[in-house]
Amino acid sequence: MSKNPSVELKLPILKNMELIATQTAEVVSKHMALSEEKAGEISMAIIEACINAFEHSNSKEEIFIHFIISEDNLTVKVIDQGVGFDATQVAIPDIDNKLNTTERKRGWGIMLIKELMDYVHFTSDSSGTTLTMVKNKEK
Amino acid sequence: MSKILNVEEANGLVIISTQGYLNKDLGEEIQKVCNEFVDKGTTSFLFNLSQSNIVNSIGASIIIEVIESLQEVDGDLAFCELAPIIEKTFNIMGLTKYCKTFSSQKEALEALS
Repeated sequence: MSKNPSVELKLPILKNMELIATQTAEVVSKHMALSEEKAGEISMAIIEACINAFEHSNSKEEIFIHFIISEDNLTVKVIDQGVGFDATQVAIPDIDNKLNTTERKRGWGIMLIKELMDYVHFTSDSSGTTLTMVKNKEK
Repeated sequence: MSKILNVEEANGLVIISTQGYLNKDLGEEIQKVCNEFVDKGTTSFLFNLSQSNIVNSIGASIIIEVIESLQEVDGDLAFCELAPIIEKTFNIMGLTKYCKTFSSQKEALEALS
């Protein structure tokens, strides 16, 4: 077995396909003996990453998800071949600003991912985006 | 399968129980039920999410729309039996600033009725 075993998924851009990724995340989390809390956080972050890729990347056919297992952490990469975006330009949402205003109620994905994972990094250009998220076994 | 399992009214409180992934579809289904009750004059709601153990931010955003609608009629919304990751998500998004949460439906009914 390689030093860092990995699992790779290719998901079609179809409704609720993100749940396939969460099922894989559960199996990987159990293999790594991660707590249920951490497993839930990983699944939630993956859901949001998939939805962002499905909805905003303009990818035509599929996205790719790589789970890379190491002794100390789990790295999840969500890769699309869409139009790319600038993560620094995404506003931080605040419910106080969203209630009773015309501001759209959505736009929580990146904030949730950053709150739920230990390390988050976007690499993006006009040929696609790779979101790298890490959950440490210990904090 | 995501769906509304049950809708019941008790002591002026509408209890909506769900099952499965709280996504856009289920969020909109919940919103439709709430709007129907609000139109009839009932404005206090309890969502029992004991059988929904996963959510996405689109479903949660629709619940923010429900909160907003209820604020307009001086209504209120509470949650009970939230899975830990849903409670954490609602905390991060700030929904729990505007909605009480209870560990059980019994506890919620005692507090809200």
